[in-house]
Amino acid sequence: MRAEFAQAMIALFAQRNDLVFVTADLGYAALEGVAESFGERFINTGVAEQNAVSLAAGLARAGHLPWVYSAAVFAALRPYEQIRNDVCLHELPVKIVGNGGGYAYGIMGATHHALEDVGAMRALPNMRLYLPLTSTDVAQVVAMMARDTCPNYLRLGMSAKIPGELPDFAPWRRLKRGKSCVVIGMGPVLQNLYQPPVSELLDELEIWNVGTLPLERMPDELAESIADKRRVITIEEHYRACGLAEALSYLVLKSGIVLDSFHSLSAAGYPSGRYGSQRFHEQESELAGANLHSRLQQLLRY
Amino acid sequence: MLEERVYSVKRRFLAMYKKANAGHIGSSLSCAEILVFLKFAWMKQDDSIVLSKGHAAAALYSLFAEVGLLSETQIATFYEDGTLLPALPPFNGIKEIPFATGSLGHGLAVSAGMALGARLNRQDKRFFCVTSDGELDEGSVWEAALFIAHHRLSNLVWIVDRNRIQGIGRTEDVLGLEPLDAKLRAFGYHVIIVEGHDFAALLAARDESVRIQESAAAPVVIIANTVKGNGISYMQDTVHSHYLPMTDSQYDEALAEIARAHAAAMSGARNAR
Repeated sequence: MRAEFAQAMIALFAQRNDLVFVTADLGYAALEGVAESFGERFINTGVAEQNAVSLAAGLARAGHLPWVYSAAVFAALRPYEQIRNDVCLHELPVKIVGNGGGYAYGIMGATHHALEDVGAMRALPNMRLYLPLTSTDVAQVVAMMARDTCPNYLRLGMSAKIPGELPDFAPWRRLKRGKSCVVIGMGPVLQNLYQPPVSELLDELEIWNVGTLPLERMPDELAESIADKRRVITIEEHYRACGLAEALSYLVLKSGIVLDSFHSLSAAGYPSGRYGSQRFHEQESELAGANLHSRLQQLLRY
Repeated sequence: MLEERVYSVKRRFLAMYKKANAGHIGSSLSCAEILVFLKFAWMKQDDSIVLSKGHAAAALYSLFAEVGLLSETQIATFYEDGTLLPALPPFNGIKEIPFATGSLGHGLAVSAGMALGARLNRQDKRFFCVTSDGELDEGSVWEAALFIAHHRLSNLVWIVDRNRIQGIGRTEDVLGLEPLDAKLRAFGYHVIIVEGHDFAALLAARDESVRIQESAAAPVVIIANTVKGNGISYMQDTVHSHYLPMTDSQYDEALAEIARAHAAAMSGARNAR
């Protein structure tokens, strides 16, 4: 999604004169075009995420619309108090952009994985998160964020491949209908449901994608599906704590819908203590491949 | 004149602290002259001050009351439930306070952002950031310091309130900062060292700073040597003055001491004339 994000920024820059792009020294082979277009409005703070965020808050206070870019884990966690105090408390429209949500940095290892970013960000006041699924979402998301007066967090990753026509990016969208269970997911990990051997279970699964947090009111069609099927599974490349499953469970409980089961598929961390590709970690967390298939089979039996 | 102003500002914030039975008095006394000097002898209408050492908020509120930005009625609500004036500067409630501060290590970076923002807007605005010295333990201060130097933000003046006392000890015992001036020079700053309670010295520092900044030769940092709890004998240069409120007799003694100091200053000024 990085390339599409850079293109979207360049397009947005052609329309507005208040943008400032702040990177904490990341964006090799991705942001060169942004740097060229933005000129003096492209700032590399160096490897200094705390300063990048506070600086952006000051820029926003001076009337600019700053975008702060780094790897998701560094963008969200290293400057957490700066995001809380300088940005969110003041309701300043600073756009935090985290590249590589979940295990996207793969073999780079645990320090580069972002498994708590969404939880950390959704705990903050006034913060709205944008969680694109595919690269085609990115331009829409950037346009929405530019109009959003709230602080925002954008979680980029590897674009998902979802068969068929994808509805426009939205807080909620149904990706497909299914017979017996509602699966609700955020981010590109959803694509793993469409890959063999998991795909043989697709007839059973009604799949919804969450695009923004905090969760907006459930669409009636979703509430009806959940009430009808009474089985919900969430999927996210993020620790369960403070992630989508917890956000959704509150919404469902509040709605009064009675369920037979509610399960969360989420990042398990590093259960074997071994490292590998994004795919390797997804499989270890039962978020991909045969492991996801067995887990879903097991859950569908209940 | 500045002596009258600082006397008034100090009397007001001492009364605030007494009424609230609150601490952080030493922190306000440490930077009272600096804040008064900035407001009355340096800042223009559109300039902003960021009190990164937010624990001295009462001094800032008192200063704002001195120039009519806050009413005495508002001042009377300090520390009260429902106030706009908490112990440390609030977010969004008071236009002249651009950022909530007091979580140390934020003020210099947000000031840098506003200074850069004004530069991009081609605005002739300046930003005055007052940090403490204990605050310099925070890595984020040095991230901002590097940035300001690299980008030569000449519309930003950084003042370090160097009272040599931090949370629970003396700065040089806890985490030595010296040689602070050499460190800042090595970062690329033009360093001005000044007696932070002396208006004549502050005036000279201002003129030197303006000269340097107009030439855009280097960013400026003013190390203001100060005394925590300045001017009140039982508070001066003590860690306690950061925390302890005043008893009735201590309050009377504090008022008497600043009154005597003020009278002496006025007498000195008359004699000088």
